[in-house]
Amino acid sequence: MKPLEGLLVLEFSQFLAGPSAGLKLADLGARVIKIERPVKGEACRQLSIKDLYVDDSSMLFHTINRNKESFAADLKNPEDLEQVKKLIVQADVMTHNFRPGVMEKIGLSFDNVLKINSKIIYGAITGYGDKGSWANKPGQDLLVQSLSGLTWLSGKSIQGPVPFGLAVADLMCGNHFVQGILAALLKRIKTGKGVLVEVSLLESILDVQFEALTIFLNNGGKLANRGNVRGSAHAFLSAPYGIYETQDGYLALAMGDLLLLGSILEVDLGKYTDKKSWFRSRAAIRKILSKKIIIQTSDYWIKALRKKGMWCEKVLNYQDLNSKAFMDDLQLRQTIVYTEGETMTTTRSPIQIDGTILSSKKGAPKVGEDNEKIYEQFLSN
Amino acid sequence: MKPLENYLIVDFSQFLSGPSASLRLADLGARVIKIEKPGTGDICRSLYTSDLIMNGESSIFHTINRNKESFAADFKNESDLKTIKKLLTIADVVMHNFKPDVMQRVGLSYDDVKAINPNVVYAEISGYGNHTDLKEHPGQDLLLQSLTALTWLTGNQNDGPVPMGLSIVDMLAGAHLAQGILAALYRKAVNNFGALVQVSMLESAIDFQFETITTFFNDGGELPVRTKSNNAHAYLGAPYGIYKTKEGYLALAMGSISVLAQLLKCDELLQFPENKFALRDKIKVVLAKHLKTQTADYWLSVLEPADVWCAKVLNYQELFKEEGFKVLDFVQKATMGDGYAYETTRCPIKIDGELFTSGKGSPKLGEHNDKILEELMHG
Repeated sequence: MKPLEGLLVLEFSQFLAGPSAGLKLADLGARVIKIERPVKGEACRQLSIKDLYVDDSSMLFHTINRNKESFAADLKNPEDLEQVKKLIVQADVMTHNFRPGVMEKIGLSFDNVLKINSKIIYGAITGYGDKGSWANKPGQDLLVQSLSGLTWLSGKSIQGPVPFGLAVADLMCGNHFVQGILAALLKRIKTGKGVLVEVSLLESILDVQFEALTIFLNNGGKLANRGNVRGSAHAFLSAPYGIYETQDGYLALAMGDLLLLGSILEVDLGKYTDKKSWFRSRAAIRKILSKKIIIQTSDYWIKALRKKGMWCEKVLNYQDLNSKAFMDDLQLRQTIVYTEGETMTTTRSPIQIDGTILSSKKGAPKVGEDNEKIYEQFLSN
Repeated sequence: MKPLENYLIVDFSQFLSGPSASLRLADLGARVIKIEKPGTGDICRSLYTSDLIMNGESSIFHTINRNKESFAADFKNESDLKTIKKLLTIADVVMHNFKPDVMQRVGLSYDDVKAINPNVVYAEISGYGNHTDLKEHPGQDLLLQSLTALTWLTGNQNDGPVPMGLSIVDMLAGAHLAQGILAALYRKAVNNFGALVQVSMLESAIDFQFETITTFFNDGGELPVRTKSNNAHAYLGAPYGIYKTKEGYLALAMGSISVLAQLLKCDELLQFPENKFALRDKIKVVLAKHLKTQTADYWLSVLEPADVWCAKVLNYQELFKEEGFKVLDFVQKATMGDGYAYETTRCPIKIDGELFTSGKGSPKLGEHNDKILEELMHG
């Protein structure tokens, strides 16, 4: 039995943060119904990566919205809104990521909804919270990364700000949203009352930086220095931490005994016997290591380093990764079936419960695909 | 009222992934007791980053382990193990991130704990699950970023692999473990039975890349290509990226090139009437050159009123001066048992308008042994 079986979630959220949370809840067993505007549906249906579409909707949409149902309704049409309200009466959770004020205008604010469902878990995602001068800025991932200070942690100093190459603020915010919603469900069990859950992209991306921010708060406000050596991987960690080019690729070295590393690589690190110098002189040390590591292949070094217990790994690309046996053995791919029997391959939930992988073959719905069924079950009387 | 009030979590985990999950649960109201090895404790206590030592221990440890208690006990010592088991009988959640088999060997596997606490939620984080090829590999963040190809998404095309500059995989695995635990606690509250919750850093790192990996699965196996300059996402077209200006840096998210040409008064951009993905390198070069002619503030004053998605790039010093940051109330003070106080961040989740702050600093190793032993004696 999946842990959230029996829970009904209505998803008014669009794009990535909210819907990625909806996907996690769906994989954990909840029934998730997307409330979408008729015909066009959720905006993400038209947002594609590399122009990849699988039907009328982008592959991106299909990746984020598998294992959900779709109920098409126009919230500006009074009849449709009535139906949506009837659905809300029977729902456990509803989520949205409209800008502050939008749900109030429609009449679906938390206070409005409490009047028709006193036990609702009401989840709202914003970009920057609902207070202050940033509240109405667009809640977009790259912009949030840029404002939050995150861009000064990756790459090397000469590059200026380097953003994370994935929508990390959206995704972490989605993860926090799931935590908040699940905690709210536990609170509801105790109080019997509805609960409001709020997260924002900005707070989530700040939370991701809790280590770096805590250092900044306690070191007299000094900014991080990434150093200026290629392959730098962490502004606050000592040598050898980083990525190094080899004769035929790249390898990563995590934290470890630098002097032992020196003896394996047969380089002279005699100047660096004081552990404190591993941080202060990390640029110089990493240059020495780089010069040596490039003259042999990745496999050569990995073998030599692992034998002595050094923490290292080959840097793979998607083709290398996809050819690894563990991709099959751990069932890291799953095939989903969308409308009319067509299939696509995607990833799966990262959480296992009772030794069982939370897989699901159900693909993303077409706009309004489940209207009839939902009408029958929830709205016909 | 905090949602996890009255829940007891016994946490054997070390470093970042597991402890970041238990920090979240602590902030949401649970009581978290760290079980630590006498003498050394959580290895993270001495994992120093930068030159910063706070009250004799690492800044990371203080960041991740505030709002918890510490019980020093050695599960290889028989009488300690007995005490630990007593504690486990009253725990709602037991967590660890040892390598596979460690808990089995000491007699604290899921089955062992279930025998003394039938409805327990038992949660574990591993590096790679239980795969024979990977079992002995250390579950370390940079190694997981490298193995899962995450390093080819950040930076520019000719930068080689660029890791994300913080322990993102640890944080993801911790976030997913907290989700699994909360979902299991919900099922336990409704149905009155426990669960085994398992997360691995490998699965979490792949889940993080679900959009790009799914694209790779379905586009004929093409590798992601970052733009030559100003890259912020290998799969997005121009202008998506960060640009240097006469003073400061400007971030531009997705937007129309012809609208930008007009607003920025950049005629050279008019040669791209269609924003084709294949032209993104060329567009970015033109844009980058033009944006250097004015300050970031100037460009913002032109673009923001026109609703173009843009922002200034801030560092921590600049961020902390912004009103948009101050209104979040994101910094809190934590005080340790010996009076040492430090500033850190708070939980990012708000429930019923309540911010989950806590003034309780990280524990000294074994700080709560007496208190916990007392409770067990009278419990």
